[in-house]
Amino acid sequence: MTLYLMCFALFLVGVYGLLTKRDLIKIILSLAIMGYAVNLFLILFAYKKDAIFPILLKNVAQSSMVDPLPQALVLTSIVIELGTTALLVALAIRLVQKYKTFDITKIRRLFG
Amino acid sequence: MILPYYIAIPLLSAFLISLIAGKKDEWAVLLSTTAGASMLILSIYSLIAQNGETFVYKMGFWSLPIGIVLVQDGLTCLMLVLVSLISFTSLIYSVQYIRHMDRNWKYYALFMLLITGMNGVIITGDLFNLFVFMEIALFSAFALVAYGGHAEEYEAAFKYAVMGALSSALVLIGIAILYSATSTLTLAKIAEKVPTLDPGLIFWTGGLFLAGLGLKAAIMPFHAWLPDAHSSAPAPISSMLSGVLIKVLGIYTIIRLYFNVFNAPDFYMQVFLVLGAVSIILGGLLSIVQWDMKRLLAYSSISQVGYILVGLGIGTRLGILGAVFHLFSHAIFKSLLFYNAGAVEMALGTRDMRKMGSLARVLPITSATSLVGTLAISGIPPFNGFISKLIIIIALIKAGAPVYAILAVIGSILTLGAMMKMQRYGFRGETEIKKISEKIGWRMNTAMILLAVLCLLTGLMLLPGIRESIVDPVVKVLVDHSQYMQLVLGR
Repeated sequence: MTLYLMCFALFLVGVYGLLTKRDLIKIILSLAIMGYAVNLFLILFAYKKDAIFPILLKNVAQSSMVDPLPQALVLTSIVIELGTTALLVALAIRLVQKYKTFDITKIRRLFG
Repeated sequence: MILPYYIAIPLLSAFLISLIAGKKDEWAVLLSTTAGASMLILSIYSLIAQNGETFVYKMGFWSLPIGIVLVQDGLTCLMLVLVSLISFTSLIYSVQYIRHMDRNWKYYALFMLLITGMNGVIITGDLFNLFVFMEIALFSAFALVAYGGHAEEYEAAFKYAVMGALSSALVLIGIAILYSATSTLTLAKIAEKVPTLDPGLIFWTGGLFLAGLGLKAAIMPFHAWLPDAHSSAPAPISSMLSGVLIKVLGIYTIIRLYFNVFNAPDFYMQVFLVLGAVSIILGGLLSIVQWDMKRLLAYSSISQVGYILVGLGIGTRLGILGAVFHLFSHAIFKSLLFYNAGAVEMALGTRDMRKMGSLARVLPITSATSLVGTLAISGIPPFNGFISKLIIIIALIKAGAPVYAILAVIGSILTLGAMMKMQRYGFRGETEIKKISEKIGWRMNTAMILLAVLCLLTGLMLLPGIRESIVDPVVKVLVDHSQYMQLVLGR
């Protein structure tokens, strides 16, 4: 339970950064932190106490194994996050070139 | 079995375009239009031949607990036709529009990836697979929004990308919780276990999914990114985003999850009604005050998505029929209107309606088709928008929710006002415009005429004879919630 709460706290750190920071790079970092929290959350669901890796071996006695599926999902999700981060950084570079500032409050020619 | 081709064709052509295109875009245009046309033919064929049956394709011939399945039922067929239709006309339209910006093959490769993602979301029967395809579609959408290369476009794309990443995180948490509760990711298997689950769990995961998918569908409290992204993108991409992307990633996924998996919980039906009504009214009010033509259309998309949501929230047969039909017809007329706005922007070099005037002389086809689109979106008979809005309003009255019916009528009047403003200032103003900077070629005109004709013809989908084979299977999928699960699992 403590692990889950700490994982949730990590997620909240990301949300906090996303909502309050004005620097483009800090916003991207907050999104990355949020992504780590979600991945950790998935891994925690698969975790069992005293369980071994999920591979059947001949000379190892049968015991409880961790769930391998979330681990596979997390690998995919990490790759997706890498893509998101790369795209966001690329966009941030162009934004800085065009607006000459990192401050998100000064980047507002569009009004929504 | 033609189901995997909906993913394979666009993915392969995206790959081939980047491989053989060289510096010019001739090959890219040829390949992408061929792929678009073949998908249109395939999807229309499967829509006619489906006969209300459900097909399940096992990827790699792994059977269900292990493998991933692709599912084709009535709703899937209709959505595939919609995506193929709008993407094919967008591709025809793009040729001149994108050459007017620059000659680049990258646009077509990204466009094909966008179609891959959307087709994948539509046909997959696996929750995590759906998430991955969603990300593919979103990535190409971010890149395409920024395609113009101006400061505003990067700003809109950054905003959109941050919102997209946030919504994906929320959806992934929802998927993790559902997996931990049911130990499966196949939608049908989850649906089988949902009745045994704690209702509180469904409540909270439903909330997570609603926030995540609502961000993607731009339902009212989550709408802030949409007007920027949809008005900054190139016109054919705006029509793809407004016409199909928000519906496929947002509404279609909401339909699948809440109706076929969660068994349509009453609480969320109420939430759909309320959020839909709020979207209708606020979207309409915000669209009326805009002077940027594409921004006006983008805000009116929010309002029209509200109608679909209200139709779903009623939950009766008639309401769902109206929602599905409005989803279909809105994609057609909103894409048409975005094509018109793009043509005007290309001809005059501005999107500000205060700088426009009477365009009937110089752009006859654009202004004529824009009138068709305007009449269809404001719900004037005999166009498709009239029929779908009428069905939703009748369903609301029949279901005993007259307040929502009145709100829907007010929203319709607001839409009419916004569209009349667009016609009055954008196409039929006082100042006669004699010179345009660029002629609108035959390809753009073809795309506009095609969709204008379809605005009339899709109204015929509700005629007896056509209705039984196309619309009724969709409604049946959504009304009998558990039927999807039984058919996919083969019980």
